[in-house]
Amino acid sequence: MATAHPTSTPSIAVRPRRRALAPLEPVRAQSRWLLGIGFFILFFSAWAFFTLGGYVSPTFLASPVTMVQEAILLFTEFNFSHDIAMTIWRVLAGFILASLVAVPLGIAMGAHKGVEAFLEPFVSFCRYLPASAFIPLLILWAGIGELQKVLVIFIGSVFQIVLMVAVCVGAARRDLVEAAYTLGAAPSGIVKRVLIPGAAPEIAEILRLVLGWAWTYVIVAELIGSSSGIGHMITDSQALLNTGQIIFGIIVIGLIGLVSDFAFKALNRRLFAWSSL
Amino acid sequence: MSSQLSIQGVSRVFTSPKGLPTQALTPVDFEVRENDFVTILGPSGCGKSTLLRIVAGLDQPTTGQVLLDGVPVQGPGADRGMVFQSYTLFPWLNVEQNIRFGLRERGMPEHEQKERSDDFIAKVGLRGFEQHFPKQLSGGMQQRTAIARALANDPKILLMDEPFGALDNQTRVLMQELLLGIWESAQKTVLFVTHDIDEAIFMANRVAVFSARPGRIKTELAVDFPHPRHYTIKTSPEFMALKAQLTEEIRAEAMATDTH
Repeated sequence: MATAHPTSTPSIAVRPRRRALAPLEPVRAQSRWLLGIGFFILFFSAWAFFTLGGYVSPTFLASPVTMVQEAILLFTEFNFSHDIAMTIWRVLAGFILASLVAVPLGIAMGAHKGVEAFLEPFVSFCRYLPASAFIPLLILWAGIGELQKVLVIFIGSVFQIVLMVAVCVGAARRDLVEAAYTLGAAPSGIVKRVLIPGAAPEIAEILRLVLGWAWTYVIVAELIGSSSGIGHMITDSQALLNTGQIIFGIIVIGLIGLVSDFAFKALNRRLFAWSSL
Repeated sequence: MSSQLSIQGVSRVFTSPKGLPTQALTPVDFEVRENDFVTILGPSGCGKSTLLRIVAGLDQPTTGQVLLDGVPVQGPGADRGMVFQSYTLFPWLNVEQNIRFGLRERGMPEHEQKERSDDFIAKVGLRGFEQHFPKQLSGGMQQRTAIARALANDPKILLMDEPFGALDNQTRVLMQELLLGIWESAQKTVLFVTHDIDEAIFMANRVAVFSARPGRIKTELAVDFPHPRHYTIKTSPEFMALKAQLTEEIRAEAMATDTH
């Protein structure tokens, strides 16, 4: 019988290996969460240790406890939710405006090589212009109102989106385009029914990425000539050396970014279920 | 019967980025009659796919022209359906939407699209998979959908570029029988490129053997097995004799390619 001497077989087959250290080995969902949260805990512990332990002067770095107290004060006394709302509004306005201009332009550039040849060098040049350097000019042109802040975000996002969308539309699978031609598609049909749907999930990912960058521009825009917004609060706190409020402002930006990123990801997965099959 | 597809002196020279010319096709003359099932058999890289792409209008000949029902081919069109070797279903459309792609592009009424796609889904045995996306299908099912998509458009001629080349042997044999069955029940002109000798003989009325690069048609062979054909003919002495003959022809060409 084959099963007569199970113990006599050499034990080469079933020795569990240390898979956790193997490259590209996936991690279980539960461990993933634990590890992710673990770093936050570690980070805050280190912060608490150095500030509460008295190793760092409170003038330079507030402790987590001070920060929470300042945070409560911000909401109860200084109407911080209004600042948050203003900042979100500015980011969204500038980002949506940029998307409305940039996505169609990028699709046109990706689909038509002539359009690309015409616009690509200029857009590539503009892409390297730092949005924050435009602030003085924009104040001159648009004043210190809302339009100026929205324009900073617009300038910071629009060229990036154009170029990335153009590249991803231009990288469409040629065999799908050819298949569509043999099915009788006209050039306009190729753009509408092959290039755009094929690139849509990646365009959505590009927008998600650029939205993250837009958040960094808005704070810069609010640092100068502004009377509301998270960036304005940070400048105010800077004058008072209130590091607790500054850190809280930064954390709020991070949290909003995290939430919007999650929401964007979930939306993309829902809209383009086929691409993650 | 007069020919439906006429390939007249078609040649193709590719130019490399450095400007060096490569002759992929030496002038080819070839006629395909209506409802013919012609296979083009040749070693890889002999230019047979280039010829098919020129017929499809996806590539331009350097010399010569292709006539379909007497009209010169200018570019790709719905009258020449094509099934590719690579999986070319639109990944964002499900099986039914893929099959309806050409019909929708043509502006066919919704209910007619539905009727036609249902008909062809049944013909290729994909009932119950209408809502599946290409990534959820096996290679064989994807190619069945691709065949249905091409046929639903009712092209004058069906061009097939090694459509079963990426499939495993068992699936490939079943696909050949399926395609042959469709062809036997609904007559259609088919031009089928392959490097598989069994495949070339089993389905065709006529086999055109391509030479090594630069490609030209070396021999043409009629295949007279009666229809409907059953897979058992593959072991008949007549089939074996044809296969032996074609194996010799192809072998000589493959060796010629190899020494290039």
